Amino acid sequence: MSKDYIRQREQRTGWLLMLPALLVLLLVYAFPILRAFWLSFFTENLSTNLEPVFSGLDNYELMVGDGRFWQSMRNTAVFTLFTLVFELGLGLIIALTLDQAFRGRGLARTIAILPWALPTALIALAWRWIFNTEFGVWNDMLMRLHLIGNPVNWLGEPFWAMVAVIAADVWKTTSFVAILLLAGLQSISQDLYEAHALDGASPWQSFRQITLPLIAPQIVIAMLFRFAQSFGIFDLIQVMTGGGPGGATETVSIYIYAAVMRYLDFGYGAALVTVTFLVLVAVVAVSWLYISRLRAKTE
Amino acid sequence: MTTVPQTAASPQTPDRGIPWGRVLLWLAIAFTVIFSLAPVLWQVLTSFKTNAAITQAPVVYLPGFDQLTLTHYVDLFRLNQFHVYMLNSALVAIVSTVLCLALGSPAAYALARLRIPGEQAILAIVLVVTLFPYILLFLGLLELVRAFGLANNYLALIVPYTAINLPLTILVMRSFFQQLPKDLEDSARVDGYNTVQMLWRIVLPMTLPALVTTGILAFIFAWNEYLFALTFMTRESMKTIPVAAAQLGGTTLFEVPYGPLAAATVVGTLPLVLLVLFFQRRIVQGLTSGSVKG
Repeated sequence: MSKDYIRQREQRTGWLLMLPALLVLLLVYAFPILRAFWLSFFTENLSTNLEPVFSGLDNYELMVGDGRFWQSMRNTAVFTLFTLVFELGLGLIIALTLDQAFRGRGLARTIAILPWALPTALIALAWRWIFNTEFGVWNDMLMRLHLIGNPVNWLGEPFWAMVAVIAADVWKTTSFVAILLLAGLQSISQDLYEAHALDGASPWQSFRQITLPLIAPQIVIAMLFRFAQSFGIFDLIQVMTGGGPGGATETVSIYIYAAVMRYLDFGYGAALVTVTFLVLVAVVAVSWLYISRLRAKTE
Repeated sequence: MTTVPQTAASPQTPDRGIPWGRVLLWLAIAFTVIFSLAPVLWQVLTSFKTNAAITQAPVVYLPGFDQLTLTHYVDLFRLNQFHVYMLNSALVAIVSTVLCLALGSPAAYALARLRIPGEQAILAIVLVVTLFPYILLFLGLLELVRAFGLANNYLALIVPYTAINLPLTILVMRSFFQQLPKDLEDSARVDGYNTVQMLWRIVLPMTLPALVTTGILAFIFAWNEYLFALTFMTRESMKTIPVAAAQLGGTTLFEVPYGPLAAATVVGTLPLVLLVLFFQRRIVQGLTSGSVKG
């Protein structure tokens, strides 16, 4: 047997081993995206009896003048920005805490990952109940502390509804950020801190000069995944507010779902999917470029 | 053991008076625990309160014995078919997890060990794919489900759930295979095993811990999925727990059934709470080595 032959056989086996997984990925990821792209050039809604009729860029033109679309994009941007900032801040605090040596640390870590593991739709129910105007525990606590005089209609006021869904998402996913950052913290050698302290550095200085730079990769990865998930948020908002009141918490995902399932506008829904996909890819690509340039500069 | 400079008292500071470092640390621990547990505990408490106690103002924090009840749980299984939803969720999650491991591990092995042209590109694609929110897939999948007549069929969920967990499985299992000593496989080859035989008899038995880790994560993601389940399963008897629980709140317009809703949340989250309690370490390990999805 020649070396080439063995090599070839190894490659063939490799492809055979990967084939089933790749096929499933193509079916569930590649097909829907490509199909949405294709369908976005067709009008397929109740006016065409749900038959696809080629209409060029009509759907995209509609979208430019569609106030609801721009509103949903704004809502998505606000939701994503605030959840990311709070999740990173709180996640860092929790990770630093769980990295310390204390009795019961294992239990504390278990408790801290609990929110991440629970079903978002059910957690949304729990938060809807917490924010209930009449009987909700949040209003009750604020009133007992005399922070508010009258119950606030958390999910019924546009501004407060956004605050409420952001709070619920921060609760749900901070633990994911904390887990990733904790892994980064654990990989930092203790000697580094000791040497730094001998040089007369204050705890704050070593945090800035050692901890942050060394967990930067974990921060980047956590934020990347959080960005994509926040940008596509669906279940939490659908269950908590349904996008209301008056579209105040309607993100792009909620709008896409409504366009397809409620208005049966498949062509327009496909165009919305396509644009959302492109925006997502563009943001990820730009931030990736920015980060690698930053990294190249510091090295 | 690591101590982070922020809260730990540095060696030079003489320990006099109140150890502020320790106080700060315990405050942070208390915050972490209360932050993570309070909303869940509140839901648990609500699920055991009588309707009268639930709708009492001001809120009852410590209900008396006469304010506690099990009726909300009884109702879930008697008035609603929560045992059916539980079974649906379990079936879909378990089958898709097994399928995902069966398809994902061979692919991960190939990517870890065999020299395949385009390996880097495949890995990059797998990584990028984990970033896609499900909403981008649901329209195309809906068409597939209709074309194959799979609405209200378990396959309509099993296939997508297998797929959404494949990237994670491939990444975690690949990093595991890379850590395996290669000598074992080499000696298996010397003994005349071909690749598939070697995988089955030598590698698989050693892989069990990693399979369990990955399987737990895949199960969690499948159990928690909402969008596909909401869209593809319209018949009552086919619904999964998250969808069934969420629609419980929408059934009556005037009187929201807070008690049953809370009980439904507890029932639907209990399996996952148990998983986290028993497998905390594995979950953390899997998440960090695959570092995917929030």
